[in-house]
Amino acid sequence: MTIAAGVVDRAQRTSPRAPVRRPRRIRKQTVAAWCFLAPSLIILAVFVFWPIVYSFDLSVHRWKFSADAQAWVGMANYERMWRDARFWNALGNTVYYTVFTVPLGIVLPLALAMLLNQAIPLRSLLRSAFFLPVIASFAIVALAWRFMLDPDIGLLAYWLSFLGFPHVSPLRDPNLAMPSVILASLWKNLGFNMVIYLAGLQSIPQVLYEAARIDGANRWQQFANVTWPQLRNTNIFVLVISVIGAFQVFDPSFVMTPGGGPLFSTDTLVTYIYHTGITNLNLSYAASIGIFLFVVVFILTLIQMRLTRAWEQ
Amino acid sequence: MATARTPRIGEDGKEAPGPLFTTVTLIVLGVLALAVVFPFIWMLFTSLKPESEIATYPPRLLPRTWTFENYENVWNRIPFARLFVNSIAFAGGVTVVSLALDSMSAYALARLEFPGRNVVFVLILIALMLPFQVMFVPLFVTVHDLHLLDSFGGLIIPRATNAFGIFLLRQFFVTLPKELDEAARMDGCSEFGIYWRIILPLSGPALATLAVFHFMYNWNDFLWPLLITSSLEMRTLPAGLALFVGSHVIEYGVVMAGAVLALLPLLIAFLFAQRYFIQGIAMSGIKE
Repeated sequence: MTIAAGVVDRAQRTSPRAPVRRPRRIRKQTVAAWCFLAPSLIILAVFVFWPIVYSFDLSVHRWKFSADAQAWVGMANYERMWRDARFWNALGNTVYYTVFTVPLGIVLPLALAMLLNQAIPLRSLLRSAFFLPVIASFAIVALAWRFMLDPDIGLLAYWLSFLGFPHVSPLRDPNLAMPSVILASLWKNLGFNMVIYLAGLQSIPQVLYEAARIDGANRWQQFANVTWPQLRNTNIFVLVISVIGAFQVFDPSFVMTPGGGPLFSTDTLVTYIYHTGITNLNLSYAASIGIFLFVVVFILTLIQMRLTRAWEQ
Repeated sequence: MATARTPRIGEDGKEAPGPLFTTVTLIVLGVLALAVVFPFIWMLFTSLKPESEIATYPPRLLPRTWTFENYENVWNRIPFARLFVNSIAFAGGVTVVSLALDSMSAYALARLEFPGRNVVFVLILIALMLPFQVMFVPLFVTVHDLHLLDSFGGLIIPRATNAFGIFLLRQFFVTLPKELDEAARMDGCSEFGIYWRIILPLSGPALATLAVFHFMYNWNDFLWPLLITSSLEMRTLPAGLALFVGSHVIEYGVVMAGAVLALLPLLIAFLFAQRYFIQGIAMSGIKE
């Protein structure tokens, strides 16, 4: 009898709106559930949901940390963004960073993953080597990059001088600072996308390749007709998280080129928010730029959900 | 099948590449791998050079004189021990507390029947999509208003639960057979007992993966400790080292010795628990 009751209860639980046949037990579980959830929900409410709501509130006020009163200013903060050359500069730099890190950060890891998915010697050692930068703190390895590119002590700067680069730090050159940050970021994140692509490649059924080979498909045809279409969802995922991640870049710019870089050439949206809100304590304006970034990320997330769902239907 | 044109099948059932292809691939990958590892090698060798040699031009990769003086000086030129202890307390504290709270929420969402469950789950999914980078300024004000700035409470409490962790464990707990809880309930086991004595012991690998994820993320994190801490005594390693370089006369060798020591714990953990690191990344790829 007890087993049967358990089975009935299970069937009932999986149906969406099952009639409550055991109110006492459900009540007991409800109390237990809210006890289990309470600590997490309180923390998420205070430190995730409230700050988002508070962002919108701040963005329609004018408030410096020092002042007591918050004056309602409506859309003034957003209008100020429209006229703020440093905001547009930061947005432009962020787009510049995104346009280079995202495509290269997809093509290189995919190529690596495909090569490392073959039965070649030293495979796991090579995989670990490419993965190494992923487990390191970006702030700390960015210091190493900064020193390596320093013309007084850096080996990389020394080698670059043989390639005809001037004997100054590329990090102090407005045209070379951002490419240096991009290079360091590609290096840091290579292994991350590689692992995601390896997982994607390994989930492709081998029978598809066998069938393609029986049909006489060469390596390129196998890639174009099996690998690439099968990786569609992985590609969408990698593309969207890469773009979202690129729009939120902070560590390499802040550590390699403090203060926004030469002529603010490496100032990104997040370093500009940090500068505005934390360094200058102009909280309401910083919150408005945060809202702008939030909208961008939100749209990207919606696009990903749309694309993934369209594929599954 | 056994014709001359049949491709050779490798160890894992894949088409085995020919010897020429293998050689070329190995050379290309080897050179690339060396380039990727190079910054770490450079850090290590720089940390083993005397300061005078680091500043000599032209720079060399290998030290002429090998010395451990940077590793001796790092403890008094930088408050390195303090930064290290802070990093352990922050990353370790977040990992332990978050693992507990994440798994409790995941248990409620995966194994308990209660009104409002779907609403809570959707809220978790929304929290998962709200990036920290868009709201760190209001979050800074919130932590300030709670008088938690520049304290371990301020560092750890806002990170004490994680929507991704809840989601990940919930997906794992759902796969465990329901008969386990039913039987335990019949025997009069409390809900906490089921969670603690049945579900958690069966979830070792998922918990280990999440633990590695939490520890690595927080040990390496830069913006959060930079935001919450202001005194050098409260900084963690990434924030402390980066800001030290910004504000003091730099002794490159000492800083690189500190950097090597800061990378070492994760490097050692990676050697022993590589699987969980890779799984953590691969899982974040599956979270779509």
